This record gives sequence, C-alpha cells and structure tokens, in this order.
Amino acid sequence: MRVVPAGDLALSVEFTEEISVETNTRVRALEYLLQQKGVPGIVETVPGYRALLVYYDPSVIGYEPLSETLLGLAAQTDATVLPPPRHVAIPCCYEDPELGFDLAGAAERLGLPPAEVVRAHTAFEHLVYFIGFVPGLPYMDSPERLTIKRLDTPRTKTPPGSVSIGGAQCCIYPVDSPGGFWVLGRTPLKLYDPAAAEPVLLRAGDRVRFRAIDRTEFDRIAAAVEARTYRAAIS
Amino acid sequence: MIRILEPGPLTTVQDRGRFGQLRYGIPPSGPMDRRAFVIANRLVGNDGTAAGLECTYMGPRFEVERACAIAVTGAPAPVTVNRHPVPAWTTIELAAGDQVRIGAPKTGVFSYVAFSGGLDVPLVIGSRSTYIRGRLGGVEGRAVRADDVLRLLPAPAPPRRRVVDPRWIPDFGGDQEIRAVLGPQADRFTDEGIAALLGSPYEMLPQSDRMGARLRGPRIAHARGHDIISDGIPLGGIQVPGDGQPIVLLVDRQSTGGYTKVATVCSIDIARLAQVKPGQRVTFRAIDVAEAHRLVREDAASLAGAVKETA
Repeated sequence: MRVVPAGDLALSVEFTEEISVETNTRVRALEYLLQQKGVPGIVETVPGYRALLVYYDPSVIGYEPLSETLLGLAAQTDATVLPPPRHVAIPCCYEDPELGFDLAGAAERLGLPPAEVVRAHTAFEHLVYFIGFVPGLPYMDSPERLTIKRLDTPRTKTPPGSVSIGGAQCCIYPVDSPGGFWVLGRTPLKLYDPAAAEPVLLRAGDRVRFRAIDRTEFDRIAAAVEARTYRAAIS
Repeated sequence: MIRILEPGPLTTVQDRGRFGQLRYGIPPSGPMDRRAFVIANRLVGNDGTAAGLECTYMGPRFEVERACAIAVTGAPAPVTVNRHPVPAWTTIELAAGDQVRIGAPKTGVFSYVAFSGGLDVPLVIGSRSTYIRGRLGGVEGRAVRADDVLRLLPAPAPPRRRVVDPRWIPDFGGDQEIRAVLGPQADRFTDEGIAALLGSPYEMLPQSDRMGARLRGPRIAHARGHDIISDGIPLGGIQVPGDGQPIVLLVDRQSTGGYTKVATVCSIDIARLAQVKPGQRVTFRAIDVAEAHRLVREDAASLAGAVKETA
C-alpha cells in the first residue's frame, strides 16, 4: 500500500497491483470510510480496480497530513466495513443475433454451446468494480469459464446497451463506443441517460445478475424505458 | 435575454464545473481557462457560480434584448459592439438591441464572455456546464447554435466599471513553460524517457480538444509496458500510450484509464496549456508537490486582487 501524488489537487492510494475482488473491496471500503468520516478538504474520490484517486483542496489540507490519514484508514479496510451491496437485475436479450452478434463466435472460441455461455453468464453474480471511462460504464468481473481473449480487431462502433465480455471482465456499453469485447447480448436499459434525474444506473460495489429475455420482451421493456415507465429491479 | 446570430465554431455554456460525478464516469467540464473565466465574471459583478460562454478559435455574434453588462477575457479576440471596437478585460455596458461580435484571437484558443447575472440554462446535476460527449448541461447538452435564445439571471447589483490589473492579462504566444509534478506512474518510465519529457519542446497537435491536449515530440520511453491496471485520471494527468507521445487530460477527460501517466500538470498551469495553439510549443518542468501548493496559494492571493473598480 502506498500513496503517490497525482498533481497538486489529487493523490492516489494504491493497494496490491492486481485485479481481484479482495483488492477492489479494500478500495471501495476506503472510499466508504472517507464518506462516513467526512475528512475536511477531500473534494471527490474515484475508485479503480486497485487504487482510489482522491481529489483534495490544498488550501484546506496538505499532502502529508492527508496521506497519513489515508494510510491510517486504508489499514482498516476490509469487507466488513462496507454496507450490504445493492442487487441489480439487468434484462438481456441473447437470442437475437442482431443484438448478441458475437454470441456464436464467443461460444465457438470458448468451445461451449451458445446456450451454455448464456447459462454461465446469467448464473454468475457480477461485481461492479467501479464505473469509469465514459459516463455509466461498469467494469465487472466475469465467470472463469467465460475468460476470453479480446477481439483481434476492435470494432469502431458498439451499440449502447451491448453486454460484452473480454479477458476476465464483463462490461455494458452505456453509449455508442469503439470496443474490443465480445457482445453476447443487449439490455434495453439505459446505463446512462442524461435526461434522467440520476443519469447513471449502476454504482461501484453493485452486484449485477443478467436475466435472459426474448426479443419481444426486449422491445416491450425498451418502449417502457423510452416512456420512462420502467423501473430497474434494484434491491 | 441574448439571441445568438452566428454561433462560432464551438461555443458552449460553461460555469465552474460539475463536481463529485467522476465516480460515475462524468467529468467536471467547466472552463478550459479557469482564470480567464473567473476574471470575466468578476468584471460584471458575478459570484463564482455564474455561467458564461466559452468560445473556441472564434466567438459568436449575438444581440442583447435588454440592457446588461458583459466582459470578454481569455484569448485576445477582437470585440465589437454595433461594429465599433471595444476593449476586452473590462466591463462593457450594453443597451437593449446592441449587437456584439467576438472575433478570432491571434494567440490563444479560448475566449470567455461573462454576462451580468449569468446565463440561465437549467442546472443539470448541480451545474450549467456543457459536456457535449455526454449530451449534458448547457443548451440541450450541445454547443450553441444560431437562433438560440439564452436568458440571463437577475444581476446581483447594478453594473460598475471594473478593470483588470494588466499583469493578469497573459501573453498566450511563444513557447510556454508548463510545470508538472512527476507521477503517479513516473516509475514506469526509463530515465531517458523522463529526461525527454523534461528536456525537449513538445508541439501542440490540432486533434487537441476539451478532453485532452495531444502533443508531439521526443518519445517518452516506458521501462515496462504502457498499460496499467485502470485507475482514476487526475486533471492534467500526462498520459503516455505505447507510441510515447503525451496526452494531457483536461476538463472533459475520461474519468479512468489504463495508460501510464508520467506526470501531472500543475493546476495553475492548466489554463496556460489549454490556450496553446496547434503548432505552438510547450516545455515541461518538474516541481514537487510542496512547491506546487506554494504556487497555488500565491496564485489565489494575487487573483483575489486582480479585478478593481474604476472611479
């Protein structure tokens, strides 16, 4: 564990250099402790896989005292610090090759029948490590059986809502973006909706489970989302 | 109310920014040249929360539909009111029907127009700043267009003539020395790589935008790979991908990323870097955090006295 400067308005608290649930849990626990304690001078925090970026106001707190405080709190971080996570059910249409256009290819690469890929994907409870890169994009873990090398040639456009896997990760594209992940299906939910009171659907620490839906239900939910009558199942 | 007659190539509504949202992937936005923006607002008697226009390369032409005060700062764009030249960096009083044109600056990139009271666009997650990629804030999440009508909030006090201490009017031309604190991943670069960053000029590229300033110069060589486990990107973070060319991440930056960051530009030099035109050069000088904080304090103290009322 160490603290390094990230300019004069931020510093980074770095835990073990690895992508793991344990390390990321400590990052989120540190962020939670800071929210609970309300350390004066901290402006905002950005969790990553293994580091917490802490923005601060140097006219309120200096680098050295803040580093000391953070290292002290970081030593107390473990899973027991965190409140119970939110559970979010995300409907996903895998069956329509127009939406899950890489499902067949991914299944072939993994040596599994497509139905088995869907079963493994829907049976797994995904952890949202953090939200980043673009508004609302969740970086999540993925079942070991679905670990897959990224696309050799990244595509220039991936439609919003695409549920995809790459490496040992799963993500959902909130906006049209380039991407090197295999798209297994699509959710009719909006991960980012600039017109909503809360534009971003998911939070770091959420547990996400995908629910397989057919094309008819996809279209129905998509219409309800457009009409703002759909409520995501969050408990 | 003001009516946009010609928008200019990229004119957006900005206030001080949208904070606390990076953990959801939403950048702060706000002005690229914060100092010029703050001074413009002070010149028209606004507090720190008012929204104004940020103009890129060339400003808009607009008409005011009621009397108000404006001020133009930042890149030295020629300003006319009803075709008569008027000075920048001071309070300009306008009558209903006046037409204002903000031209193209010879040096610098971003000019700012502050309006007494501030622009009245909806607050979106606590801010009026436009974030175009996220279609958030400002006028429907986009740049302003011809025929847009922007309302003004009530002015806090009747306008008074104010001027800026001339030493606060920067020279945006020539080579610019930019100070930076090494890290967070300076240890991922070779000594030669760091020496290149600190010892050679880098040229600003035209692909630069509100997300990041792209520079070209001697390769900043990595010691062991250019990828890191993705983490948060600070304002001014100098990201170096595999090609060894630096990208300084700015106000509309991605919140996290997986490239090494060799150093981070000091907060007080972000504005000057943002104003560097394509083709112009910058050099980087490393200072430590303690010195950077001393400069921040000095800067805040002298900025407090930058704007004065005239008799």
